[in-house]
Amino acid sequence: MGLEDLSHNFLTGSLEELVKWARRSSVWPATFGLACCAIEMMAAGAADFDLARFGMEVFRGSPRQADLMVVAGRVSQKMAPVLRQVYDQMVEPKWVISMGVCASTGGMFNNYAIVQGVDQIVPVDVYAPGCPPSPQTLIHAILTLHEKIRLGELTQRRPGERGAGIDLATEPAASGWVASPSTAVRLGTPR
Amino acid sequence: MTSEELKAETSEGLQELQEREGTDPVTLAIEEGSPVRLPEGPTLDPGDIDVEFGEDETMIINMGPQHPSTHGVLRIMLELEGETVLRSKPIIGYLHTGMEKTGEELTYVQGATNVTRMDYLSPLHNELVFSLAVEALLGIEMPPRATWIRMLMTELNRISSHLLWMATNGMDLASTSMMIYGFRDREMVLSFFEKTTGLRMNHDYIRPGGVAADLPDGWEDDVMAIVETIPGRVDEYDEILTGQPIFKHRTEGVGIISPELAVAMSATGPILRASGVAWDLRRAMPYLAYDEVDFDVIVGTVGDTFDRYAVRLNEIRESCKIVRQCVERMPLGDYRAQDKKVTPPPRARIDESMEALIHHFKIFTRGFEVPTGEVYTAIESPRGELGCYLVADGSNKPYRMHIRAPSFVNLQSLPPLLRGGLIADAVAVISSVDPVMGEVDR
Amino acid sequence: MTTMGASAAELAGLTESSSTGAGGQEVLHVTRERYLEVAGALRSAGFEMCADLCVVDYLRHFERPLPQAVTPERFEVVVNLVSLEHHQRVRLRVQVPDGDPVVPTLFNLYPGTENMEREAFDLYGVCFEGHPDHTRILMPDDWEGHPLRKDYSVGRVPVQFKQAPGPR
Repeated sequence: MGLEDLSHNFLTGSLEELVKWARRSSVWPATFGLACCAIEMMAAGAADFDLARFGMEVFRGSPRQADLMVVAGRVSQKMAPVLRQVYDQMVEPKWVISMGVCASTGGMFNNYAIVQGVDQIVPVDVYAPGCPPSPQTLIHAILTLHEKIRLGELTQRRPGERGAGIDLATEPAASGWVASPSTAVRLGTPR
Repeated sequence: MTSEELKAETSEGLQELQEREGTDPVTLAIEEGSPVRLPEGPTLDPGDIDVEFGEDETMIINMGPQHPSTHGVLRIMLELEGETVLRSKPIIGYLHTGMEKTGEELTYVQGATNVTRMDYLSPLHNELVFSLAVEALLGIEMPPRATWIRMLMTELNRISSHLLWMATNGMDLASTSMMIYGFRDREMVLSFFEKTTGLRMNHDYIRPGGVAADLPDGWEDDVMAIVETIPGRVDEYDEILTGQPIFKHRTEGVGIISPELAVAMSATGPILRASGVAWDLRRAMPYLAYDEVDFDVIVGTVGDTFDRYAVRLNEIRESCKIVRQCVERMPLGDYRAQDKKVTPPPRARIDESMEALIHHFKIFTRGFEVPTGEVYTAIESPRGELGCYLVADGSNKPYRMHIRAPSFVNLQSLPPLLRGGLIADAVAVISSVDPVMGEVDR
Repeated sequence: MTTMGASAAELAGLTESSSTGAGGQEVLHVTRERYLEVAGALRSAGFEMCADLCVVDYLRHFERPLPQAVTPERFEVVVNLVSLEHHQRVRLRVQVPDGDPVVPTLFNLYPGTENMEREAFDLYGVCFEGHPDHTRILMPDDWEGHPLRKDYSVGRVPVQFKQAPGPR
């Protein structure tokens, strides 16, 4: 009996809220800074744009201890298998923020050397545009992720992954309280 | 050997490190730095190297490319005897972006956006070297204000790059407070950059023809605030780190490089200066207006990690001196060359004159043409000699744009630096070499 | 005005063609056979550091300005040397044909060309005979082709916008 067997009902409601609150309050990122975006990520973790107020200043070196992979920077063809391996080594529940345009779509480098979007390799939860995104944009992306955790299912299943049950794209009514994918999470405009 | 035989060696696996007993003595001698062979001097005998370690006593492990202590995606294969490092091999290419190929597809006006992302800690230096190369081929002169603005911005960039280096170096040596302090001061410089260029990083500000925009009103106050605060803070960091026994033990005598080896390995920048060679392109082959400002070239004595740290720390102070002189002596005038074919007209003119509109359109869509030629321009970036070899064929795009990246060349001196140290020393040495993988891999 | 580089080459008895790059930079055109000799002579004359070594593929710009005595080939190996003592630079340009892209290595004179020559091999396919570690450095080990050659495409992926309105 694990969390996977929990079905959503009135008894487990507040327990799930508690678990989701705990999960979003201390998301620990794995160090995956690749290029220029990594510098802005480090700046976001530093004093002026403190990530510690979200419980996130501990960048874990080991992917086993991390919840979040912020792909910060351009992913080259040589780095792609490494990225996938680090993602696989992370333990569920895990999320991915694709930081910057190079990670989201390949950015300005539409050529032989750069993977055109890291979502070709790992499933991405939040995309943060910018070249590089300022720390405020990254924090906005992180807060969007927190909202996603708050509104999302407890045992998150991504379509196509091992053991995937619900395909949100085709069965939005399978569990009616799940935020359907077309709903944008509105947090207000960043600065 | 024919090219087929040479190419046949690149089957998968040869970027790795061979086992010790399968390696010939000449390759083993390279770990000592013995390829320094003067044509008229003595050659080091590979038989002098202590190669009595059998295979079962050494271990080859891999560090990176994802590792909290490597600066970016650098992968190092280390051959260890216990915890002592014998051979090492940096394996790069994890951030290869094909920027030189992209540079051949972008016009000269767009070139600065591409080049600026190579060394992302000092983007203005990349833009400067590209712009200087293009202007050398075009044969146009910069107005004095443009030159001094460029000097001001690149020196501020040097300050921010060295501050970030001190932050990451401190963190690699387990001083996390240094990380926070370094980023705090860097934010001062970055907010000035945001005010002037519009972006905190990767500015695309220094373009062929001048700079993109004039300095904003009140810039003297902002810059003086920076140069008045930072030297005091640098003195604090001096106190925190330099006198501290743990820092001193971890850095003194670690990763020593001799001046001959540094020159042979083409290492430039703080690595070369820390080993005693007073080679700074700003003094030796001045560009911009560096022959008119007064600053010192910081030179070390021993060439160890501590000296490289001290060189960079004092370079922050020297850059503050230069910035102060820039503020005092900034000439008035144009911030870009008034050549109609190269620099776009001011925005207000576009409403008034058809010719200005056409020029603006042409410059930003097609770009300007550069006459046939080739040039190599080099400047002193915070990491060493940053060069640009530009071949133009008369069209609006560079035919070949090659950037001589200092970190790419400095990484060659890693194996002799790491030899004989511990893994913890390896972290300190890699951090002191200050590789920026964006320019290593390009 | 004869500078160090040209006079060194003359001293060594090698009368190679020279030309001036932009801005009065000194350029020596060297044949493949004389390449190591000239580099060695320059090194003894005081150019102790090799600043840069790169390759240019002149496939699309074959008619570039060259001195009379030099036969153009597809590839050119460009070596920038610098003398720390005399504050001077000199550039060597070696023509390398397409059918036989092999050049002797400068590693024994200038160990600092190790990475540069590996990159030149990786991205252009020019082989450096005698290099201790003649492998790819930037691209993955099993990559086919040499990306920076002019007949290798950039590899652009066509960008399409979802739900874009069709042509009117």
